[in-house]
Amino acid sequence: MNAQLPRALHPLAWWGWAIGLAVAASMTTNPLLLALILGVVTLVVAARRSDSPWARAFRIYVGLGIVIVLFRVVLHVLVGFKWGDHKLFDLPTVGLPDWAAGINVLGPVYLEGWLAAVLEGVKLATLVIAIGGANALANPKRLLRSMPNALHEVGTAVVVSVSVAPQLAESVQRVYRARLLRGESGLGLRALSQVALPVLQDTLDRSLMLAAAMESRGYGSRREADGTRRLLTGTLTLGGLLALAFGMYGVLDSEHTTGHWGVPLLVLGLLSSAGGLALGGREVRVTSYRSDPWRLPETLTVLSGVVTATAMGISRNVDSHQLVMPLQPIAAPTLPLLATVGILIAALPAFVTPPTPSSHRAAAPVRRELEEVAG
Amino acid sequence: MTAIELRDVSVTYADAVEPVLREVDLSISEGELVLVVGRTGSGKSTLLGLLNGLVPYSTGGTVTGTVTVHGRETSAHRPRDLADLVGVVGQDPLAGFVTDTVEEELAYGMEQLGLPPEVMRKRVEETLDLLGIAELRDAPLADLSGGQQQRVAIGAVLTAHPKVLVLDEPTSALDPTGAEEVLAAITRLVHDLGITVVVAEHRVERVLAYADRVVHVVDGAVESGEPAAVMRTATVAPPVVELGRWADWSPLPLSVRDARRLAGDLQSSVVEVQAPQRLPRNPIVLSARSVSVRHGDLVAVREVDLDLYAGEVVALMGRNGAGKSSLLWALQGSGRRSGGSVTLGGGDDAVDPGDLAPAVRRTRVGLVPQTPTDLLYLSTVGAECAQADTETRSAPGTCRELLDRILPDIDPATHPRDLSEGQRLGLVLAVQLTARPDVLMLDEPTRGLDYQGKAALAEVLRGLADDGHAVLLSTHDVEFTAIVADRVVVMAGGEIVADGPTRDVVTSSPAFAPQISKVLGGGLLAMDDVVRAFGERR
Repeated sequence: MNAQLPRALHPLAWWGWAIGLAVAASMTTNPLLLALILGVVTLVVAARRSDSPWARAFRIYVGLGIVIVLFRVVLHVLVGFKWGDHKLFDLPTVGLPDWAAGINVLGPVYLEGWLAAVLEGVKLATLVIAIGGANALANPKRLLRSMPNALHEVGTAVVVSVSVAPQLAESVQRVYRARLLRGESGLGLRALSQVALPVLQDTLDRSLMLAAAMESRGYGSRREADGTRRLLTGTLTLGGLLALAFGMYGVLDSEHTTGHWGVPLLVLGLLSSAGGLALGGREVRVTSYRSDPWRLPETLTVLSGVVTATAMGISRNVDSHQLVMPLQPIAAPTLPLLATVGILIAALPAFVTPPTPSSHRAAAPVRRELEEVAG
Repeated sequence: MTAIELRDVSVTYADAVEPVLREVDLSISEGELVLVVGRTGSGKSTLLGLLNGLVPYSTGGTVTGTVTVHGRETSAHRPRDLADLVGVVGQDPLAGFVTDTVEEELAYGMEQLGLPPEVMRKRVEETLDLLGIAELRDAPLADLSGGQQQRVAIGAVLTAHPKVLVLDEPTSALDPTGAEEVLAAITRLVHDLGITVVVAEHRVERVLAYADRVVHVVDGAVESGEPAAVMRTATVAPPVVELGRWADWSPLPLSVRDARRLAGDLQSSVVEVQAPQRLPRNPIVLSARSVSVRHGDLVAVREVDLDLYAGEVVALMGRNGAGKSSLLWALQGSGRRSGGSVTLGGGDDAVDPGDLAPAVRRTRVGLVPQTPTDLLYLSTVGAECAQADTETRSAPGTCRELLDRILPDIDPATHPRDLSEGQRLGLVLAVQLTARPDVLMLDEPTRGLDYQGKAALAEVLRGLADDGHAVLLSTHDVEFTAIVADRVVVMAGGEIVADGPTRDVVTSSPAFAPQISKVLGGGLLAMDDVVRAFGERR
C-alpha cells in the first residue's frame, strides 16, 4: 500500500468499529480483556483524532466511565448484596422495616462481591468509552450528512437544532446581563419571566429568519412524487419496520417463540426498510458536497470491529469460563487466546487508516463582537 | 432586457388597515445596481421580499398584481423554486446561516438544488476567490467579523448562480472598513458577472455613488429613476445630497467627489472656522483610571484612562471589536472589569459604580445596550413605563413624560415589539432616564435609524447634555457623530488612540471624516455648520 494522503475517515466506519468493540466489551467481565479493549480504544483515538472540539470530548467520556465505576461501587457498599469469603471491612448493618426485607443497607463488605461490582462497572465504562471513541473520531455532523437522502430533512433539522443551543445560551446570558441595567439582580419567578420573555422572542425571531433564509436558498424543493410511488414508499417502510420489530423479538426471545422465523423476518424487515428509504430518497434531489469516500481503509476498519465482536462471541461459546473473572474461588484471570487476538485486531485502524489532516485554523478571524458576548 | 417586472402590485398584511405597498409598477433591467431608499417602515423590506416570493409566502398577507422575475411569476413558484434565479441575503447574515463553516455554507444552496459534486467543488472555489474569502475557508462562521460574515452570506447565495441578487441592509451594522469590503464585493459582481443587484440601505451615502438607479419608497408608493433626479426630492438624503440641494447644484452630486468638483467657489469662501475655545470645563462626573477588561485570552480593553464631564456628549468610535462595548459595560459597572478604577462624582461622595447595588447604580450611570429590547419584558408601553416608575421610586408618570418628550403620541397600549426600531430605542431611553442618571451611555444607538430618526435622537441627547448629563455613546456612524458629539474618543485594539474635540479628531482622519468636511473642509462638519456659515439658502 502506498503512503496514504491525510484525510478524514468516513464517520460510519468509525461507528462500525466502535460498536464492534462495545459489543465485545458487553460479553466479558475479565479485567484483562476489558483493559485490553480500553487500551485499543485509547491507542486508536490518540493516533487518529483531530483537534476539533468534538475530538476533545473523549476526555469527557473517560471521566464518565470513571464516574460509572465509582457509582457502581458506592451503590454496592450502600445497598448491594454482599457475598464472599474474604472480608474487606466491616460496616454496621442498618435495619430496614419488613416491607423492605432483602435489601441490605451497609454491612460488611467482602472482596468477591466488591470485585464483581467493580468489574460490572468497568464493563459498562468500557462500553461507554468505546462509543466515546467513535464520537471523538467522527464529526457527528458529518455522520448526519451521510444519512440516506430520504432522511435528509430530519438530518438538517437536527443540525440546526444543534447549532441553536449555543445561540440560546448566548441570548440568555445577554438578557440576564441587561437586567442589571434596570436595577434587577434578584432571582426567582419574576426573574424567570424577565429573562424568558425576551429570550423567547429573540429565539422566535431568529428561527423565522432562519426559516426564511433556508426557504429562499431552496431547502425542501422536492420532485413531485406521484401517488403510487408515495404509497409504495410508505408501505415498504412501515412494513419493513414492523417486520424488524417482530424479527428482533423472535431473535432475542428464542425460548418462548417456536420455530426459527426470527432471523428471516429480521432480514426481510431490513431489506424492506432499505427499499423504502431508497425509493423515498429518489424524491429528494439534494446532492452532497465533498461527501466522504468509502475505500479500503473504511472497510478494514469496520471489519476489524466485526472480527473483535465475532471472536469474543465464539470465545464465549467455546470457553465461556475464561471470559468472566473467576470469583468462586477467587483466582487470577487468564487470557483466552482467541478473544485476545480478536481485540488486538481492532487496533489495526491505528495503522491502516490514513492520517488525520491537521486542521489549519483560518488566519485568526476576528472573534466577532466577542466583547458583546462575553461578560 | 427586463430582469424584474412588477405590475400593479399591492401588498396588505394581515390585520393591517392600509396596504404597505400600493399599485406599484416597476421594471428593472438586467445588470443594473438598484438602490432602494426610504424611511424606516416605508415598505423597503416588503418590496425586496416580493422579488423571490417570501412576501407573501412566509410573511402572510395579500398580494395583488404580478411580479415577474426573468419570465417566472413569483405567485406560481415557491421561494425555494426560485432559489436558482434570485439570491436573497437578509439583514442579519448570522441568523441565516445553516451550517457552521464557510465552505459548507457556500455549498449548502447548491446541495439543495441537487448540483453534481464536481460543479459544486468548482463553484465554491470560484466564489471564495471572487469575494476574497479564500483564507477563511475552514473558519467557523460564528468567529468571523461582521464584514466577513456578510461576504460569506453573499457568497452562499452566489454559488447557485442567481441572475438577481437581493440585499437587505448589507452594510448597516458594519464599521466603515467592513462596509468597504462588502461594497467592493458587490460592485465587482455587477461589473464582472452582470448580475442584477437590488439593495436596500439606510446608510444611503455608502451605496449611492455606485447605484445605476434609485427606487424611492414613500408611504407605499414607489418612484424610480436616475439617482440624481430621484434624490433631489427623496425623503432620505445623505449630507452630500443635502448640500447639493441647499446649494442648488445641478446635476445633484451623489458622491463626495462629485460635490467637490462643484464646490469650487463655495470652498474658497469657507473661512477656517476657528477652533472653538475649549468648553468651560464642568465638573468631572466619571473618571476612569487604567481600566482593563479581559475575556479569557483576549484583552478587550487595555489600561484606559477616561474622564467624562457634565454637559458633554462624547462619541466612542472604532472598528467592530475594538473594545467599545466592553469599555461601556465596564464603566457602567455591570460588566466585567479586570483592573483599574472607576470613580463617580468627586470629593467625599466619590464612589465606584461596581460597588453599588444594580438598583442604585442605574441612578448614577444608565446604559442603553446594543439590543435595547433585552430590557423590555412587559406587554404594553404603558406597563413598561409604570414599571420603570415603580423600580426607580419615581412619581407615577415620570417615565411617560420623558417618553412624550422623546417620542410624542405613542399609544400606551401598543406592544413594545410592534414599535419601530427607533421607537423602541426611545422607549428604553425613557425607561433608563427615569432613574435620572448623571451619566448616560448608549451602545450603538443608531442601528436601524434613518436620517430623521438620527436627527431626532441627536436632539434628545443634546438636550440631555444641556441639562447637565454626561452622555457617552459608541458608534461607527461618522455623520451621526458629526451632528451630536462635542468630543470624540477613538479606540483601536482596546486602547484609546485619539481623544479630543470632534472637529479636531474627525477631520484629521480620512476614515472618520464626515462628507461635508470632505467636500468643504474648513472645519465644517454637518449641514448645520454650513447653514450657520452661509445662511439658509444660496
